Amino acid sequence: MKEEHFLVSTSPHIRSAEDIPKIMYAVIIALIPVAIASIYFFRLWAIKLMAVCIITAMGTEDIFQRLRKKDITVFDGSAIITGLLLAFILPPSLPLWAASLGTFFAIALGKQIFGGLGYNIFNPALLGRAFLMATFPVLMTTWTKPFSLDVVTSATPLAQMKFAQSFVSHQSLFLGNVSGSLGETSALAILIGASFLLIRKIIDWRIPAGYLGTVVLLSSIFWFIDPKGFADPLWHLLAGGLILGAFFMAPDMVTTPVTKRGRWVFGIGCGLILIVIRSWSGLPEGVMYSILLMNAITPLINRFTHPRIFGEQK
Amino acid sequence: MRIRSFRGGVHPPEEKITSQKPIQELPLPKKVVIPLSQHTGVPARPTVKVGDRVKTGQRIGEAQGPISSNIHTSISGKITSIENHPHPLGPPSLAITIESDGRDEHHPSVKHNNDYFKLHPNEIREIVRGAGIVGLGGAAFPTHVKLSPPEDRWIDTVILNGCECEPYLTCDHRLMIEKTYEIIEGLKIIAKTLEVTSCYVGIEKNKEDAIKAMREEIRNKANMEIVSLKTKYPQGSEKQLIEAILNRKVPSGGLPLDVGVVVQNVGTALAISEAVKKGRPLIERVITVTGRGIKNPANLRVRMGTLFKDMIDYCGGFAGKPGKIIMGGALMGFAQHTLDVPVIKGTTGILLLTEDEVNIEEPQPCIKCARCVDSCPIYLLPLYLGIYGEKELWRKCEELGALDCTECGCCAYICPARIPLVQLIKLAKQEIAAYRKKK
Repeated sequence: MKEEHFLVSTSPHIRSAEDIPKIMYAVIIALIPVAIASIYFFRLWAIKLMAVCIITAMGTEDIFQRLRKKDITVFDGSAIITGLLLAFILPPSLPLWAASLGTFFAIALGKQIFGGLGYNIFNPALLGRAFLMATFPVLMTTWTKPFSLDVVTSATPLAQMKFAQSFVSHQSLFLGNVSGSLGETSALAILIGASFLLIRKIIDWRIPAGYLGTVVLLSSIFWFIDPKGFADPLWHLLAGGLILGAFFMAPDMVTTPVTKRGRWVFGIGCGLILIVIRSWSGLPEGVMYSILLMNAITPLINRFTHPRIFGEQK
Repeated sequence: MRIRSFRGGVHPPEEKITSQKPIQELPLPKKVVIPLSQHTGVPARPTVKVGDRVKTGQRIGEAQGPISSNIHTSISGKITSIENHPHPLGPPSLAITIESDGRDEHHPSVKHNNDYFKLHPNEIREIVRGAGIVGLGGAAFPTHVKLSPPEDRWIDTVILNGCECEPYLTCDHRLMIEKTYEIIEGLKIIAKTLEVTSCYVGIEKNKEDAIKAMREEIRNKANMEIVSLKTKYPQGSEKQLIEAILNRKVPSGGLPLDVGVVVQNVGTALAISEAVKKGRPLIERVITVTGRGIKNPANLRVRMGTLFKDMIDYCGGFAGKPGKIIMGGALMGFAQHTLDVPVIKGTTGILLLTEDEVNIEEPQPCIKCARCVDSCPIYLLPLYLGIYGEKELWRKCEELGALDCTECGCCAYICPARIPLVQLIKLAKQEIAAYRKKK
């Protein structure tokens, strides 16, 4: 038998089939029901907004990777996710140039400045939205009624509750025919995608469980004390961007703790901040800030939640 | 009942393609190359010289010090050289080459002992030491040391390890089906030597036929239990096995002895029974030759020192273009650069991966998905060991428990960014050992 050249490398010699693009595309698949719902409710607005955000995200990623002389990984799915998620948390009638600017900001300053995929501290899509909120507050709070192609100003359910003490029905919130950000209105569509992510074990259930659990617990307590001044827990769950945030933004791997205990802390922290903002601040909604604030302390959470090594003495 | 297991781990494709193939006897090789270092500890010292005639089972290397092992010739014939030869676990090392005379004549020291059940524990220890028996699960730790716990240690349990959690390998599986009686005999001998009353055999659930055969064999034996364990890697790692069966945790940096347990591989139990009853030293073992890179995968009983190429030839040669030759399993085995290496006591199998199965992927940046954290059976944070390892911050690695790593490979297997975590951790362990020594 003739000698051949064999590859020599360290164990392990087999690798799991799941790589970064597979994980990213699984998230994109999970976002499809949300995309369909948003097109159903907001028609052409939705298609334009999603297209502009995705294209800008990929283009920005490409430019920065070229500038930084790195491998071009525009098709690994991560830029598509950022673009799509950002589109989902923008008002449907937002001018496209503003959406594009926000997406550029999200990728450039939210991700590439830190060193690209894996190195960013904050969720890029949320950072993009925070930037737009600070820069164009009026555009960012101009809402459209579903099924209309004209900008018919209409307050979101959370704003109605906050400023007019009127409540939209649970059923409308669940199905999504209310005004709000592009992808946040239909809890049903989001839950379909989220269950796929949970079954595929792409996201850890601890973060959404901690987040939603805390919101339900706290809002129940306040509701029992003062049912007129506070919304009921189910309403809190379904209104605004909570479900979208809890399943698609809060569990973002890169910007959340790596330990199991840390993920509980992260989820519960998000829930606390959200209820405080919704109940006592000047803002109607707090999903974005709750997650961004917890992103900021994620390195700290990691540090204080190291698991005890197997067999380590107390 | 909840199926017993441990926390963490991974479940790679099982690939047990040879599980239903009975053990075949490899024809006597024309020559064998027997390294003097086949075990954990000090290499043996040769007791023969070039030109000597030796008979099967004759001692040709003597153990040096307490943690070492005797070496025996596996065939009869003439010593043709004592020099460095490629070794499957590292750089070339001293090995004795024996050319066969084709007669396989046994040395007079190899004889049956019909009164073996009357032996005193110390006599059994002496036989096991003399026979050069080491752990056959892969680590090759001298067995007589494990059978001689310090006086102040209280041992109450023996666990036989029949998990065979590595993908592909099936040698232990076949042994449990074909040598059931002898393995249980070996277990009884071990239990008697250690004076313990509680015996378990841990077997992964994917080997239902082995579990059934073993249960049949221990019927009416009150102190023995066959435990069916979840099919999950690394179920056969000592610490995880003890955790699964007894719910005891071996302390960090400690040994199974610290929680009153001795773990032996099922193959080792068979070797002990052969040595005690038949006087046979450890000169052969069963290995699995497997993978998509071999024509006829098989379970083979082979003499120690048989060269890899002889076994690959016997199994019909390569299927397709070979990519990687691995001694041992897919998760913890050692890649070989030549087929001129011999079977040693710790060889559990030869895994041949084809060229298209071994495409090396460039590492990507860590996305903090924490799959490595979730899979680590020691509860380390492999991603940080990787990050600090790349920056050569060895002290940080030490703080994070790098020395506790068993190199099982779960983290690197599961990593979607293909970061060579085990490689980085191995390096960290070496560096930590080096600067500790300097102190």
